[in-house]
Amino acid sequence: MQTSVPDTFFSSPPHFRWLIVLYFFIGGLAGGALVLASLMRLFGRAEDRPLVHLASEVALAGAVLSAIILTVDLTRPLRFWHMVIQNHTGLPMFKWWSPMSVGVWGLLVFGVFALVAWLGALADQGRTRWGVARAAANPAVAAIGAVGGMAAGLFLAGYTGVLLAVSNRPIWADSSWLGVLFLFSGVSTAIAALLLGARWRGLELPSTIAWLVRFDRITLALEAIALVCFVVSLGAVARALVNGWGALLVLGVLGMGVLLPLGMEWRPRIHGAQRMALAAACVLVGGFLLRAAVLLSSEQVRVLGTHVIR
Amino acid sequence: MPFALPIAQPAPASPRPPAPARAAANASLAAAAPEPMGFFTDTTVCIGCKACEVACKEWNQLPARGDGGAHLEMSGQSYDNTLTLSGDTWRHVKFIEQFPEPYHGRWLMMSDVCKHCVQAPCLEVCPTGAIIRTEFDTVAIQSDTCNGCRDCISACPFGVIEINHVSGTAQKCTMCYDRISVGLEPACSKACPTDSIQFGPISELRTRAGARVAQLQAQGEKGAYLYGADPTGPLGGLNAFFLLVDEPEVYGLPREPKMPTRNLVRGSMLSTIGAFMMAFVGALSLRARRITEVQQASGPKGE
Ligand code: SF4
Ligand code: SF4
Repeated sequence: MQTSVPDTFFSSPPHFRWLIVLYFFIGGLAGGALVLASLMRLFGRAEDRPLVHLASEVALAGAVLSAIILTVDLTRPLRFWHMVIQNHTGLPMFKWWSPMSVGVWGLLVFGVFALVAWLGALADQGRTRWGVARAAANPAVAAIGAVGGMAAGLFLAGYTGVLLAVSNRPIWADSSWLGVLFLFSGVSTAIAALLLGARWRGLELPSTIAWLVRFDRITLALEAIALVCFVVSLGAVARALVNGWGALLVLGVLGMGVLLPLGMEWRPRIHGAQRMALAAACVLVGGFLLRAAVLLSSEQVRVLGTHVIR
Repeated sequence: MPFALPIAQPAPASPRPPAPARAAANASLAAAAPEPMGFFTDTTVCIGCKACEVACKEWNQLPARGDGGAHLEMSGQSYDNTLTLSGDTWRHVKFIEQFPEPYHGRWLMMSDVCKHCVQAPCLEVCPTGAIIRTEFDTVAIQSDTCNGCRDCISACPFGVIEINHVSGTAQKCTMCYDRISVGLEPACSKACPTDSIQFGPISELRTRAGARVAQLQAQGEKGAYLYGADPTGPLGGLNAFFLLVDEPEVYGLPREPKMPTRNLVRGSMLSTIGAFMMAFVGALSLRARRITEVQQASGPKGE
């Protein structure tokens, strides 16, 4: 009866719909891309550079797109700056305990590091002689930028899950695993995007690609574990997923987005490059579906009158 | 006067001061350092007239639901057609129709509102600082600051806040801040014909509410209890608390409302561990690549 309704079911859905699904996907992917660029810059070698450049471009484009999507999603978009500056006092607006507040600053910092990485990449390729870009390509600056970019990228990929958890909505607030799940998914989608991007640009980088594929396996395996932990941690609330969104989570995210690409790696039936592209496409679609299923499954739960709608 | 009949008289054990005395008390409160103010809603005397809903709409100039009332939707599931609190409905009289059989059952009526939580989840998360605590210990949203990020909607455990479709900002009950600042009582409690909604200093309301529960229990209503009146309870107590006679969930209220930040440390810790794993595995696998390639180059055969 009604008395068994979990406490989180009495809150209202905040209308985090397709734009936010898109932002969570793009933000996670951009964060993961800067993590990969930073890793390759810090621990890779010269032949990885074309992918470092590609990853920096993806990260910067993702940062810009994220900022646009988040602004458009506000019901009063022209007031976006109220998130960083208090409109009454002109002082900075920051609440360390509010993931949305921290996230906005995080996105700004991420944008700066993505810009530094991108400028460095431009100068690296000899596509600009601009002093600032040359400074960004300076090995010491690039290394510091890579360390900062790695931290900012890991933050951007994961904080969105913590943002959902720090609420009172069903599913989101009933687990603490969303942050780490989104983080792994962000990195795996970034790897997939880089693999597809490298193919599209015709980059011949066998050693770098082989590393990406190996790293992807580990990331996907971790993502599968985090997904299972997430669902298990929901406890009784998991019944809110006994519907189409739950099916999407199992079949679309776990099946198509994680297990299928992993299976393709371990039991190769389709040949080489095609297989990799197909696996990467599956990871990307799975990553998008993960955000859609997590956000929209909770969005549809609400109490109307004395009826719980789900 | 359609609501003049005594559905329930004010309890003798919990006398309420007459209106002029209340106004005078409120005026002096507004002048001096105000003490925490709130609502005590005694659901047992609510008759579901919705006078509070109307008074709230009127005083706060709130628009009609949806498209302005041109196509008013009926709930189709209840005599209550408001169904929920929202950005343009800051008071909502819930009808809980408990009818196991057609001629046997009861209506529970409850005028729902923002609880003005002592530890307010909405205020905690708002990233623009639009949500503030007033000098009356109530919670208010500054409409000129809110940018409609909607974080507060998901944070409120009671489903109180919504976007007002005229202002485009998050809105909810202000406990008539403009009225109580000048010593008037809020429009809803002023309009309530049965004193189901009572406004006043929290300490006084708690005493009155405790006496009312004792009275009801003595009269045989053993299920009567207070929801949100305990300052040591969830959210540090609610400055708008209720007298209920059934489980909280029956009234659409969470049994134990919680702060959103309860998940902050755990969620951040797990994410941080995951972040270190990613950085560590990434760096290690790049190192391993070098070793493998060197081995492959120097070994008899490759993979
Ligand atoms: S009831 Fe909801 S809107 Fe009202 S103060 Fe508490 S959290 Fe905020
Ligand atoms: S919608 Fe407005 S009041 Fe609510 S959290 Fe965002 S800025 Fe604050």
